[in-house]
Formats: sequence, C-alpha cells, structure tokens
Amino acid sequence: MSMLHTVNKSAYERGTLESCVSKAAKGSSVLLIEDGVYSAVKGGAKAGVIEKAMGDVSFYVLGPDVKARGLDEGKLIDGIKVVDYSGFVELTVNNDKVASWL
Amino acid sequence: MKFAIQVNEGPYTHEASVTALNFVKAALEAGHEIFRVFFYHDGVNNGTRYTTPPQDDINIANSWSALAKEHNMDLVVCVAAAQRRGIVDQGEQERNGKDGNNIAEGFRISGLGQLIEAGIEADRTVVFGD
Amino acid sequence: MSDVKKFCYLNRKAPYGTVYAWESLEVVLIGAAFDQDCSLVFADDGVYQLMKGSDTTGLGIKNFSPTYSALGDYDIKKIYVEKESLEERGLTLDDLQHLVWEDEDEDYAEKDSIMVVTKDELAQVLEEQDVVLSF
Repeated sequence: MSMLHTVNKSAYERGTLESCVSKAAKGSSVLLIEDGVYSAVKGGAKAGVIEKAMGDVSFYVLGPDVKARGLDEGKLIDGIKVVDYSGFVELTVNNDKVASWL
Repeated sequence: MKFAIQVNEGPYTHEASVTALNFVKAALEAGHEIFRVFFYHDGVNNGTRYTTPPQDDINIANSWSALAKEHNMDLVVCVAAAQRRGIVDQGEQERNGKDGNNIAEGFRISGLGQLIEAGIEADRTVVFGD
Repeated sequence: MSDVKKFCYLNRKAPYGTVYAWESLEVVLIGAAFDQDCSLVFADDGVYQLMKGSDTTGLGIKNFSPTYSALGDYDIKKIYVEKESLEERGLTLDDLQHLVWEDEDEDYAEKDSIMVVTKDELAQVLEEQDVVLSF
C-alpha cells in the first residue's frame, strides 16, 4: 500500500512540506501543487527538505503550476519529476490512496 | 477508477477549486468516473448562480455546472456549510423562510453523509483545499 | 456486505482562527453512523484543537471544544496526537482533554482514546488508511 501526498503551500510560507515529508513513509510519493511548487526550486533554503528525503520518497511537481508562476523547469531540484494534470491523475491511480496536506 | 472529490474552498480566493476542476477534467479524459464532487467549508460558494466574473477570466461556477451537465456529474454542496454561508436552493428557501435562492445549475444541497458515502464507494478520494 | 474502509480525519489546524477544526468534527460525527474504521489524527497546530479549558465567551462565538468529549459515544476510539507537534508547542498530554471510550466487551470499562505517537509511528498509521479527509 502506498500513499500519494499532495502539498499545496510553499515551504517558505508554512511548515506543511516539512510536516508532510516527516510523515511520508518510505516508498510513498509527494506531489507539489499550487504554491507548493515554490519549494522545488534548486538552491532555496528549504530545498534540503526535499533533497534529504529523495532516497525514500518520490517527488513530483505539477507543471502547469510551475509555468503559471514563471518558474523555469530547469531550475528545479534535480530528480523532481514534472507532471501535468493527466500525470497527477495517474499518480492517484498508481498509488493506493491520497493525503492532502493543506 | 471511481473518484470522490472534496473541494474545501470557494472560487477565486484560493486555487483549490480550479485545481479540482482541472483534475476532474483530466480524470474524465483518461476514462475515469467521478462518483461525486462534494463542496465543503467555503467550497459551497462554488455553487452560487450569481457570480459575474470578468469576461476574460474563467467562470468557475459555470465551469462546474457545464462539467456536471456534460458528464452527468453529481455536485453536492454540504447543507450545514451552505446554511452558514448563504447558498440556498428552493427547498432551503422554503424551509428557512428566505426571500430567494441562489444555487447554480447542476449543484444540489445535501448532507455530510454524501461525502462519507463517496469515500466508501469511490476507489480514490482526493481533497482540494487550502 | 460492503467492505469497511479505514477513514482518517487529518487535523492540522488550530481551532477558532479558522472554521476547519469545527467543520472537520462535524464530518466525524456524521461519519460515525457509517460504521467505518475511523481514526482521527491531530498534528502540527491541530493538536491545539484538543486543549482543555477553552472559553469563547469573550469572542461571542460558540464553544465547540466540549464536543470532542462526545467522540467516545460515537465509537471513535482511535485519536492519534503527534508527540513532536506537542513538544514543539510546549504542550503535554496533560494540557489536552481526557478523551475516553467505553469498551462494551469489558463491562463498559473506560479507556483512553488519545494515543500520543511519534512522527514515524504516525507515518505508519497514515499508510494503513484507505481514505484521508483533510480540512
């Protein structure tokens, strides 16, 4: 059984990402959506939260939200996969359940 | 797969409703079924007939109504949350002595049991909020 | 006979500053009638929801905090509170309401509903769930 976690707020605004990652079991996935995509920018003070967890947890970011915010996909943390809405749907199908960290 | 969707926020102030709309569209395109979309907290405000957003922007309430019509989708607005926030259908208008109603096409007002039932019946439950 | 699902109510926000705590509790109370396997999780600022001694008279709004003590009557026995969230906030179990349920298999003996768990234990609790409702 694996969980897909979604995080919709920037790690610079709220502790949601850190809280989620601390409870994301090995083998689970985390999808950053909405303002959550800001946490995925390489070199940011909070990037380490994602980088440290990447061995155990798969990280994804919602492409349309990245583009809306003028972020360059090339500037995202290495190893984060960009998905579109159909990819978001696939993630919910390929994992057993979804937890939204609001 | 059958999806249950919960939308916790109203139109425009939070991105949640638009994210949910786009997710639902993608799920339908991929051949999945939406068992129910349940609007809770300020999410009930997606069910108003009276929004007039600028013409060059998405009309979120209408988008939900259109999707419901095209796909025979069940859009439920929580009665308790709706009563608090003033989203009213004909039945609620009569029951509570209001001088009008404002529920948008394709939405219906019902109880929290509909959310739990959706969670039981669907294969996946996804919550969109703030 | 339909399968019983594991429903988790994920509470991470403080009460009164926003409506989420109260409206989440309303779902739990209605949801109890559906005989599913329910767990409540309180983490981050959600732990504040369970504090005792709440008095809202100065605000002029309804005090819904006493409602948590009714959870046992609705057969809600599994209330997980994250240890790290309590400690970060300078709280202990003593600051929280004493929530109990009555075990009819043991002569209605009163048992504690609250389990203080570490983040790692909570990760396992979450992995066991079928449906996670967030507010």
